[in-house]
Amino acid sequence: MAEIHGSIDDMRTDYMALVRRKRLMDGIILIIFVALMVSGFMVADDRNAGGFWDGLHRFFDFPKEVLSEAVDKAGELPAHLITFLPSLIETINIAGAATLIGAMGAMVLSLLATRGLALWPRLIPLFRRLMDIMRAMPEIVIALVLIFIMGGGPVPAMIAIAFHTAGALGKLFSEVNENASLKPVEGLQSVGASWAQRMWLGVMPQVSPNYLSYALLRFEINIRASAILGFVGAGGIGYELKNSMSWGQGQYDEAAAIFLLLFFAIVIVDQISSHFREQLTHGRKDKRKVTA
Amino acid sequence: MTMTATQTLKIEADAIFRRKRLMAFGLPLLILVYLAYTLFSFDVPGLIKRFEIDNARALVADSYSYKTHVTRDNRAGDVVIAVEGERKGTYPEGTSPDWVTLGEETRIDLENGHVVTFLPEKAVTYDVPGYGLIQAQSVGRKGVITTLPEGDVPEWINKSKNRLTITTEAGRLTVTRNRTEVFRYFTGWELFFFTLDSPYHGLSFGEVLGRAFSGEAGAILHDFWTNKMWRHDEVAWAMFETVLMAFLGTMGAAIVALPLAFLAAKNFSPLMLVRQVMRRFFDFFRGVDALIWTIVLARAFGPGPLTGALAILITDTGSFGKMFSEALENVDEKQIEGLQSTGAKPVQRYRFGVIPQVTPVLLSQILYYLESNTRSATIIGAITGGGIGLMLTQAMITQKDWEEVSYYIVLVILMVMLMDWFSGWLRRRLISGDESGR
Repeated sequence: MAEIHGSIDDMRTDYMALVRRKRLMDGIILIIFVALMVSGFMVADDRNAGGFWDGLHRFFDFPKEVLSEAVDKAGELPAHLITFLPSLIETINIAGAATLIGAMGAMVLSLLATRGLALWPRLIPLFRRLMDIMRAMPEIVIALVLIFIMGGGPVPAMIAIAFHTAGALGKLFSEVNENASLKPVEGLQSVGASWAQRMWLGVMPQVSPNYLSYALLRFEINIRASAILGFVGAGGIGYELKNSMSWGQGQYDEAAAIFLLLFFAIVIVDQISSHFREQLTHGRKDKRKVTA
Repeated sequence: MTMTATQTLKIEADAIFRRKRLMAFGLPLLILVYLAYTLFSFDVPGLIKRFEIDNARALVADSYSYKTHVTRDNRAGDVVIAVEGERKGTYPEGTSPDWVTLGEETRIDLENGHVVTFLPEKAVTYDVPGYGLIQAQSVGRKGVITTLPEGDVPEWINKSKNRLTITTEAGRLTVTRNRTEVFRYFTGWELFFFTLDSPYHGLSFGEVLGRAFSGEAGAILHDFWTNKMWRHDEVAWAMFETVLMAFLGTMGAAIVALPLAFLAAKNFSPLMLVRQVMRRFFDFFRGVDALIWTIVLARAFGPGPLTGALAILITDTGSFGKMFSEALENVDEKQIEGLQSTGAKPVQRYRFGVIPQVTPVLLSQILYYLESNTRSATIIGAITGGGIGLMLTQAMITQKDWEEVSYYIVLVILMVMLMDWFSGWLRRRLISGDESGR
């Protein structure tokens, strides 16, 4: 009896020691994290042109200016909205075309980089690294280089976004491919189908809902990217925004109209795509339940 | 009876097949039509006309090669040798690379038999193998007098009254009234390790290593680090700034979003109104793009890394708020109820019942964002002026330092891949640690 009692006491001290050590470790990690955050903030604040505390009370100045000007010229707002609608459409088109082209590239790349499906199994690591590099390349880098060669306009932005999208989606697609059943592929192979036929008829029907869901999510991201690239000279609504900003005060009603358009475009696309994505994933879940 | 049943079945099946076929052919057709439409709305035919192949060629050539200029001022008669024609890469007076012989006559060996000689009296000769000797003299107001070998003037010689340009595969010679200039092209990135004023320039790797071991390591490192051409110190600082922006932005957003997410989660926030307000709040932060936040913040705080960090922080507060509140809504109630039955207070219930459940999910999302924000920080830096993004745009604006541009691009890619690997490693460690530890 006493022995058991003793072992419980031992266990308790052991347990408490464990808890203390864990708390100590958690505490140290927390302190390191806080120190990193604070010192990082101080370095960033130091390197910034204007300090954080000086700028804080000016934070609302610019939005206030824009808003008050927009309110003053509220009558012109609808006209501005219509003026800038074509450039918004251009921005969306850049994102749309880039997502489509990027997704097609990702489809091929991901199939070439998936074990069991690849056309040249030995080259799988090569295609993987290729996708890693494409994914790591920020769009702005390619866009700026292409703007130098091709001049400003939507095409450099489209190519830049498509390039990055191919890498980013390629990784997600190849994760989907890994879960695809090989039976249809083997069946098609046994009747003499070519690699393209096996992929198109054997793999695509299995993976397309997931592909579509990821591509929609990417489309949302790409709209934002395409607006940003416009700001560095690649056309679309970002370019108009830069122009209206550089004219400064007196043109802020235009900037306000562009802000509004961009905001609503992003929110609406967000809503639509999350609706469809939900349908796609839920549809799949239901099917799984039936088969299970 | 059964016949009709099979018939209807067959008709139905045919209809399904037709629809499938329509989808199989219609969808690609639709995509094709859309792409064709964008092709024309983006004015691709006009773009092909504007395409500047020379720019592309210069960019590609410059990114892996460099040229050294040998220039004579035709008035004063001084000869200056400079890498890329930059002051930072100028050879000290009286010194020259071994392919240039200074003296009364300056002999420039462009290899493969191509030799340019600067003669006195503002004259110059260029011996082109297989063609002959080209003589030129700058004669003040009257311009440039050129004497070519007999025969037609070849395409690679461009001659006018005031200017002579000869472009061969070995290099280029330009003669104007004021100066005579020769370019010689080399492969590689010039002066990457040491500039010309460093005593370690031109030494082999082994020699430098030997000197490092004999006590000069500090000086060697200093010369490399403060290289005026490639500015390794500034580049390293810029990379650090970019990572700092991503780190501060992501972690700050997570810290701000976590408490707000509780207010937006159905099972923690009983008031419908609060929930709705918080959700609209998140939607607003996400919907106003990082671009707009960057512009607004740059007005208040000026350009710099802090602005970039705050722009990431604000945008991601929206994203994290939404994701965190969804994760909180999926929390298993049983653990909380169990804690409640032992008399735990609300704070304790959250700390021991909720946080351990959601930590793995939240951590993996935060770390995923950390990687993607490194890329965003590069882009935001290019707009607000901070970090490697700024250096990249600055190098591009000069339109000649393409070797620096390609260097920065390689660095950015390595940085993002490193962050990707690091966040993956941390995610695996922390989350698997959670499973065994808690």
